[in-house]
Amino acid sequence: MLEIDASALRGEITITAAFTADNGVTALFGPSGAGKTTILNMIAGVVRPQSGKIVLDGRVLFDSAARINVAMEQRHIGYVFQDRRLFPHLSVQSNLIYGYNLLAPDQRAQKPEAVIALLDLAHLLARKPATLSGGEQQRVAIGRALLTSPRVLLMDEPLASLDAARKAEILPYLERLRDTIRLPILYVSHDEREVQRLAARVIAVADGVARA
Amino acid sequence: MFDLSPSDIEAIALSLKVGLWSVICSLPIAFALAYVLARTNFLLKPIITGLILLPLVLPPVVVGYMLLLSFGRTGFIGQLLEQWFGITVIFKWTGAAIASAVMGLPLMVIGIRISIESVDRRLEMAARTLGAGRWRTFFTVTLPLSFPGVLAGTILSFARSVGEFGATITFVSNIPGETRTLPLAIHTLLQMPNGDADALRLSLVSVVIALVGIVGSEILNRRLPKTANPDHA
Repeated sequence: MLEIDASALRGEITITAAFTADNGVTALFGPSGAGKTTILNMIAGVVRPQSGKIVLDGRVLFDSAARINVAMEQRHIGYVFQDRRLFPHLSVQSNLIYGYNLLAPDQRAQKPEAVIALLDLAHLLARKPATLSGGEQQRVAIGRALLTSPRVLLMDEPLASLDAARKAEILPYLERLRDTIRLPILYVSHDEREVQRLAARVIAVADGVARA
Repeated sequence: MFDLSPSDIEAIALSLKVGLWSVICSLPIAFALAYVLARTNFLLKPIITGLILLPLVLPPVVVGYMLLLSFGRTGFIGQLLEQWFGITVIFKWTGAAIASAVMGLPLMVIGIRISIESVDRRLEMAARTLGAGRWRTFFTVTLPLSFPGVLAGTILSFARSVGEFGATITFVSNIPGETRTLPLAIHTLLQMPNGDADALRLSLVSVVIALVGIVGSEILNRRLPKTANPDHA
């Protein structure tokens, strides 16, 4: 379970997040510029909150009062970016196991074979990211994040940069992911249909505030 | 045309040796400087940048003279080298390598800096969220992605080193077999009566070495990474 009660400055706007997220999809829903990505960045450790506390499965990731700020590589979060950010010099296979290889064997809860099957990536393994379609790239990015065996999956508008046909192609994979993997998934989107289809719970983000 | 005399071959071999060592020694320094210039911002950055690029615009004879002042027997570095290690670099090929390194450094720093700046920092952030620490991120993402540019800058700097003349002759003189590199050998031939044909022959060798360097560096620069997200501007 993810518990966050924290605020960060972005420009001159204060972004405040106060909610908990349990297994399943929790959507952060709101217009562009409302601060949704900043909330994910606080959880991932990319943005340092000004104040507050973030706890993941009982482990404190950030606590301004206790001066705790766990480095992003030690947070055990899986972050799927809108722009995917696959490593262009590595094959799909090497991208997928990048984080997996950094885990101690007893921490590897997710196995490559299972994730490759879940996201239907077997036929893409030898290819370079630049040769994949946007939807395929996004599936690889999801697989790569999943294979770090994260305690929470953060997904930042994973469909926003895709056209309608690609969206329709990737949505079933997201549903499969949601139904197979027992993880809290924070899903940022400004698309109401997407949110309705995927999320069990919706938290509205408006004017920099996400509260539930 | 290309039947080279033993002294020609000596000069060419010496030039390649001097170029190679100057590049090997300056690469770590150039990379560190380029990384700092590409990734940090500080008050004195324009001045530091200017100092690094200075050999590019200074008369080479001035650089050579400054090296002579600092590496000579009474110079600060020269004294240290002699007292601690018993080394002198004046009139030695090692001195020629130092002169070449100093003259080639700006080109190398410029090339490496551009290649580091071309690395998408969002990829580094992605590596961090996947569990890689700063050093691992550097070695698995930053370095491989900037590698073609680093190599290009190094080759260019090598070609520059092989052609170094003014600073070398000022700093370590023109001693056959020790400091008489290709340009110095050409210069010597031009001073001699009937040396023109020999000078032309060595000049052509010079052109070939320089061309290989520039073309090689250009080919590598084209291989710098482009973003992996063609449909997301």
